[in-house]
This record gives sequence, structure tokens and C-alpha cells, in this order.
Amino acid sequence: MTPPPTPVSVAAPGRDRGPVPGTTRADWQSDQEVRWCPGCGDYSILAAFQFALPDMGVRREDVVVVGGIGCAARFPYYVDSYGLHGIHGRAPAIATGIALANPDLSVFVVGGDGDLLSIGGNHLLHALRRNVDLTILLFNNRIYGLTKGQYSPTSEQGKVTKSSPRGSEDAPLHPLSVALGADATFVARTHDMDRAHMVETFRRAHAHRGAAFVEVLQNCNVFNDGAYAEITSKSAREEMVIPLRQGEPIRFGPDGSRGVVLDPDVGAVVVDVADVAEDALLVHDETRDDPGIAFALSRLAPNPDAPTPMGVFRAVERPVYGIATSPGPPPGRDALGALLHSGSTWTVG
Amino acid sequence: MLDDTDVTVGGSGGKPSEEVTGVVIRLAGDSGDGMQLTGNQFTAVSALAGNALSTLPDFPAEIRAPAGTLPGVSAFQVHIAGHEVTTPGDAADVLVAMNPAALRAELPKVVPGGTVVLNTDAFGERDLRKAGYDVDPRDTGDLEGFEVVEVPMTSLTVTAVKELGVKSRDAERSKNFFALGLLCWMYHRDPEGVRSWIRDRFNGKDQVLAANLTAFEVGLNFGETTELIPVTRVVPPVVREPGTYRSISGNTALSWGLIAAGQLAELPLFLGSYPITPASDILHELSRHPGMGVRTFQAEDEIAACTAAIGAAFAGDLAVTTTSGPGLALKAEAIGLAVSLELPLVVVDIQRGGPSTGLPTKTEQADLLQAMFGRHGESPVPVVAASRPSDCFDAAVEAARIALAYRTPVILLSDGYLANSAEPWRLPAVESLPDLRVGFATEPNHTAPDGTPEFWPYLRDPDTLARPWAVPGTPGLEHRIGGIEKADGSGDISYDPANHQRMTELRAAKVAGIAGTVPPVEVQGDAEDPEVLVVGWGSTWGAITDAVERVRAGGRRVAHVHLRHLNPFPPNLGEVLADAPRVLVPEMNLGQLALLLRSTFLVDARPVNKVAGQPFTAAELVVELEKILD
Ligand code: SF4
Repeated sequence: MTPPPTPVSVAAPGRDRGPVPGTTRADWQSDQEVRWCPGCGDYSILAAFQFALPDMGVRREDVVVVGGIGCAARFPYYVDSYGLHGIHGRAPAIATGIALANPDLSVFVVGGDGDLLSIGGNHLLHALRRNVDLTILLFNNRIYGLTKGQYSPTSEQGKVTKSSPRGSEDAPLHPLSVALGADATFVARTHDMDRAHMVETFRRAHAHRGAAFVEVLQNCNVFNDGAYAEITSKSAREEMVIPLRQGEPIRFGPDGSRGVVLDPDVGAVVVDVADVAEDALLVHDETRDDPGIAFALSRLAPNPDAPTPMGVFRAVERPVYGIATSPGPPPGRDALGALLHSGSTWTVG
Repeated sequence: MLDDTDVTVGGSGGKPSEEVTGVVIRLAGDSGDGMQLTGNQFTAVSALAGNALSTLPDFPAEIRAPAGTLPGVSAFQVHIAGHEVTTPGDAADVLVAMNPAALRAELPKVVPGGTVVLNTDAFGERDLRKAGYDVDPRDTGDLEGFEVVEVPMTSLTVTAVKELGVKSRDAERSKNFFALGLLCWMYHRDPEGVRSWIRDRFNGKDQVLAANLTAFEVGLNFGETTELIPVTRVVPPVVREPGTYRSISGNTALSWGLIAAGQLAELPLFLGSYPITPASDILHELSRHPGMGVRTFQAEDEIAACTAAIGAAFAGDLAVTTTSGPGLALKAEAIGLAVSLELPLVVVDIQRGGPSTGLPTKTEQADLLQAMFGRHGESPVPVVAASRPSDCFDAAVEAARIALAYRTPVILLSDGYLANSAEPWRLPAVESLPDLRVGFATEPNHTAPDGTPEFWPYLRDPDTLARPWAVPGTPGLEHRIGGIEKADGSGDISYDPANHQRMTELRAAKVAGIAGTVPPVEVQGDAEDPEVLVVGWGSTWGAITDAVERVRAGGRRVAHVHLRHLNPFPPNLGEVLADAPRVLVPEMNLGQLALLLRSTFLVDARPVNKVAGQPFTAAELVVELEKILD
């Protein structure tokens, strides 16, 4: 599929410190041995990320990758920049501290569905609603991988795992719906089988000022193999991936024969274009201030067994957290003296 | 507590006045009655009058319990004197009770023969019943032995204030200013200071300002004209070292200590915090000072507050998180991360009664062992404690010094009593404050086998064992750190057993080594041949100091050591303990320091414990000292 066009390229002031030396993928590969299971979807995501970085126009020393705990959260070790591998769930909070302390940095958060939606769900919500200048990549494999195969907060109901031998009772969270519910200003989805789409999505997410949230559909070939096979495999994509293109009617399928319309009673629904007037198709506009239609699109395929929108759901501008309230540098001892002597004092002798 | 008196004629309004060396005043009313405001203002004018003082605010747990009931009573005690004082006083010489509930709750804290000033307008049948009195205590003999002064404060206030066109219900709310006026008259406080403070404080709210000013004047005048109070009292100023002084509470001093540390380290100060009693005032105070290079981040929870601070530390800020006991428990895993990352972090715990929600507005010192050991794994963290309100400033600077120099989280312990009580503070000369600059790494520190320079984040300084602090944005020093065990030196992930043993020992040795930069403990009192050595830490300093002096005045030999550093202990502590025939350890817990001293030094440290939500009084400790000396 073709990468989505870029409607607005929001420059990042503060990140602009003269010409940035060009880099290649190799410059972003650390010397650490990558220790994911052979065949894990994380490998292709890491590769796409390292391919995307040279396009982002950032210096190696200005990039910080923060992970929590989980397979995905090992990401920081493999990117040759600054990195912090924290504790379970807290990566968005750690990254918030980094971004507030130095707004010139490009701060990425990488985590899985357990890390960012279960133990760290709270921090994810607050990083998004505050619009902290972070790029958050959630690798959704719908399973706990590192702890060897328990159901996760995005696992489908009824999933049989080691901790749910009779099928899990929990209703799943839908990451994009959660992000839109938190009023995230940039929300996108991509998947581990399409490098070009990942590269472009990561690049756009990074260019966004404020909190950018990207769900990456990722295959855990050991504990949940084929979770997305019905939509992401090369042969299925034409029928099952709905590309979102800014300003265009939402269509997919052979010769664009299928499309999405808004039904006032149901929300977003997939139709055969032949059955509706062409101008009834929903025209995609990621810049809509109201997240309602983006939310409807995020509900289009609650499970990966139906046509699934891919691309940027929402990209709106809001003030970046912490910029307006940025304190000055510490003024020094004289100012301290003035503070100590401010207000009511008295002198003896 | 009225130590010495000397009656002369010629006080306020021509009434006789007597000079007293010290007096303890307790103000009590409903939590909505403004007793804390009144108490603080009386304290402020007393400080300006040059008195020594120490205060004890005593808040109810509820924001607004039903009016007139015992759980709603809010009290404020202040000890003013013409000599140095270290405690808010054992018991009150004067109680001002705004209603029967306040009288009932606070009368046990008044000395026999003390003065009880009652707002008689609040002694109706319903008010009495709400306080649990079947019969008016003025008619039962409950007040026998006290000097009772009955003043219709509410009606006198309302009558005067109503003339300004204020509705009676609003007018009533100024009655605490009447009480303040009366107290100022009784103790010869300069009314002009109060007047200008009222004008400032209520600037822009014309009617409230006029009402409060009027009530204050009526209170002053009532004193002048009433026959109820025949004698006024003068507390002379204390003789003090020359310098500029101000009145300061523990939480303000601590906030300013953190601000100071930012200036001394030349680093921005980052506070990650989640509101919690009694620590929130630090968040409030620091959020007022962006101009001092302070960023405050009110996080979504205690864990985010701490982890955001860790992120800020990684990025090169002086990072702080503030909380109370329950929050420290929530931060435990993150503090462990900071131990492993070896990043500077100051964790402030304003202790309160526990466990669980416990007594949120009351004081306790029961988090010492949590601070020492409340994490999984071998996770050594330096612990420092503040001993009096103004000392919170120095303790904060010291905590920051250790955190920065050793790249380690440091836990700074204060408590609810220190946080809210106030005392005069001689302002330090800013030039005399220590230099906390540590500098970031700027160059590679290692050479790879192929000869290329590289950066090893865990290559330690041989003296301090601190690792280099290389912040993102520094070219050439890109590196990854995390909570997984790291190889000694390179910082790469390592599961090697021998390496884990070595790293565990290195982290312990680094913290133990801080003792080399800690001054030896000073022994107060009878350093030579004491009969007993009292060892304390934290806010018990005032009560212990006072008690030790009283027992020494009785001819016994008593020494006192007060610990700023609880981990590591000061280098000479073992010797000092070994030289003492008896060791007494008063604490507001069930013996936590005593446990540490016993296990570390094999001494027979005898605990004296109080966990009643109130600080020790000196009198209580005198009793304990006399027991052990028997
Ligand atoms: S467990 Fe699954 S997600 Fe984790 S590394 Fe292996 S394949 Fe990848």
C-alpha cells in the first residue's frame, strides 16, 4: 500500500540547532545483541524504526528511548542513542520527566499492551491528555510474552491461555479508542508486516508536537502466533486493510470496491461502494477537532478478523505540555538571598 | 510554665502588668473558626517583638467535621519566651476556647491555675450538647482551679461589625480577630503589625477587610476597658546572636532548602509530587517559584511523581519527589530503580501516623525502617533527618549534596510536627552555603579494544564510587541504562553471578562511604562521664534538649546526641555509644532507631516510645530520664 500523505509538517522549534548530520540505519544500531525470539515481529519494527530515524532529522544524542518492562520494552537497548529501561508500566511517566527537563530532546516510549495498558494504563492516559511531547509506540501482540503467555488487556474474550484455561473473562481494551478517549492529539495504527507504512507512520508521529500515540500490530510468534494473520498477511491486506488517506473518501478492497460510511445508528460501517452513492463515503479528515469520528473508526474492527483501518486517525494541534510553564534557569545565590529575606524579617544587633 | 513574674503598674490601659519569662498559649475552636490563622498571626507579631518561640498546630483530620463537635476542634499552641525555647511547651498557661467542644477537648492540656478565656456566646444548650456536655461546665466545678475569663466574643464582634453593613452570619466569622485583638492587648503586642497584615491579606475584599479590622480593634479595646482581666503580661525579647531573622515553618524551610540546593548545584530543580497530607505544602510553595529555576509536576499518582523525577534526573535536573508514608510505600519500586540507575534523587517523606491512612494530620516517626529497608533486594539508600523547623533547610541541602555527589536516591525524613510548626530562624549568609556543583560527563572515559574512545556509564570515581552523570543531548556519550543488573564498568546487561555479587557490594560500599563526608556527632550536655546518653533523631530534638537541660539542672550528668545521618551513621557514633553506661532512645515509634543501634553497635539501647499523634513533651522525657537514672 502507499504511505499516507503528509498534510502538515509541524516543525519542532527547539529541536532546531543548525544542520543535523545525516545518518543511516547503521548509525542507530547499538552493539547489544538483540534477544527477542527468532521470528518475533519486534525485529521488523526495530528495523523500521532505525530506517525511519535518519528521516526524522534528529541528532543521535538528542534521542531518548524509554521502555518499561516486557519484550517490547527492551527496545532502548538496541537503539544507539540515549536510552532508559525502567520499571513495569512507568515508561510514560519517566519519559514525561525527561521531556519536561529538556524540551529539545526527541523522547520515544516503547511498550507492549501489558506494559502500557495494564500496569501502566494510568500513566498512558495522563501523558496523552496532558499532551506531553512524546512519541509513544505500543506494540500490541494481545498477550503477555515475557512472562510466557498469559492473557493481556487486549486479548479477546474467551482466550485460552495458561492463566485462563477456561477462556479469559475480561473484555479487551482497544488501544486507539483508549487514546482517543484521553483526547490524544495524534493517533495512528500500523503493523509489523509493512515496513514502508511503519517508517512513514513513525516519521509522522515524531514530527507531531505533543503526545503521539501509535499502535503497532505485532506478532508474537511464540505465544500468540498469527493474531493478525487475517489482516496483515500480504494476501489478506487488500481485502482487510483500510488505508486512511487525508482528504480522501475511505475506500479499500479490489479496485476500491468497498468503503466506509457513517451510519447515525451504528457508527462507522463497511459497505460495498456499489450499494451507496459515492459521495456517501466518509471522507477522512485527521484534523477534525472532535475525536468522535476517529473514535468511530477505531471501533470498526474490534477484533482483527474484519477490515481494519490503518494510518493516522487523528492529528490535531494543542499546546505542548510544559512549554508555557517552562521555568528559567536557576538564578543563583543572590536571588536565593533575596528569597530568604523576602517578607517579614527582623534584625538583631 | 509561667517561670518568673514581676508585677509593675503601667501596662496597657494603665492596668498593672507583670513580666513573665515565658508563656504557652493554646487557641482552640472549630476548624472553620480560623484558629490556625489567628495563632500564626500572634506568632508572627511575637517573633517581630523579638521573643523566642515554638509552635504546634494541631489540625483535626476532617476538613470540616460537624460544627461544634469534638472531631472538628482545631488547635494551635505557641510558646513565647524571653529565653531560647525548643518546644511548644508541656502544657498551656492560657487557653482560648471558642466553643464548648474546644474547651472539652483542650482543658486537659492547661496547667492547674491556668487562664481559660471562653467565648460565652457559644455556650448555648445545643452547643453544650454537641460537645457532649449534659450540664454547662461553668456550673459543675470542672473549671475549678482555673482563672476563667468569660467574654461574649461573637456578640461583641457582630454588634460592631454589623454597623459596617455586614450580615450577622458574615460578621460572626470575624470573631477570631476579636480573640487576636484581645490576646495582643493581654501580651502587649504591637497592634500596628497586625493591622497592616490584615490590610495586605484581605486586600481587594473590602468588606471582609473592614470587618476583620473592626473585630480586631474591638478585641483590643475590650481588653482596655474590661475588669475581667486585671493584669497584663509582658514577655521580654530574647537575647540573640546578631543577624536577620524570620519566622519559618518546617515545610517552608524544606522547600527553600531545595530551592537553595538548585542554586548551589546550578541545576534546575524538578519536583514530581502527588498531593498528600502533610507534604502538600512543599508542592504549593515550590510551585510559586518558577523564577528560581523550579519546575513542579503534579503527577497522576505517587509512582508517576517519583518516576518522572527519575526521568528528570536522567536528563540532568536536580530531581525531587515529596510525599508522606503511604506515598513512600508506593514509590518503593521506583526508588529501587534509582538505586540501580545510580541517579541523584531526593525523596522527601513528611511522616504521619500509620499504618495505612492512619492519622493523616498527626505526627509520627515510624517510617525510619521503611526508609532504610522498604525495597526489595539489597537496596541501600542514604537517610537524613531534620530536627527542628529551621533545620529542614539545612537537611534539604545536605540530602541534595549526598544525592548529587554520590548519584543516589536519598530519603529525607521530616514529620507532621516539624512540617507545620514554626520558629524564628537566623538567615544564613548565602556565601556560606556549600558548593553542590558536580558537573556532567562530557568526554568518553574508556577505550574499546579497537582503540575507539567510548563511554562506560558505570565506570566509577575511585573516591566516591559514584558513576559519571552523562545527560541526553551530550554528543558521543550515548548510552543505555536500566533496572536489569549491569556489568561493572561498561553498564551492559549482565546476568553473570560474580558480577551481581560485585555490583551489590559496590552499591553498598558507595553508600557506606558517605560516612567519610559526614561530620562526627557532637555530644551535647555532659560529654565527659555521662550517667546516661540520650540518642535521638528528627523532631524529638526540642523535647530531648529541654528535658536533658532540666535533668542536668537537677545535678545529674546527661549527654545528648542527635542524629542528622541515619544511613550511614556518623563515623564516631559507635565510640560515643560504647562510652556511655546507659543509652536511652526516645522515638515517636515503637523503637526503630533503637533496633538499628542495637543491631549495628551491639549496645543496650533502651527505647522510650510514644505513638499518640503528638510530639513528646519535655516533661514526659524528664520522667523517663529520672526513671533510668534511679
Ligand atoms: S515472547 Fe513473543 S513478543 Fe516476546 S520476544 Fe518472543 S515472540 Fe516476541
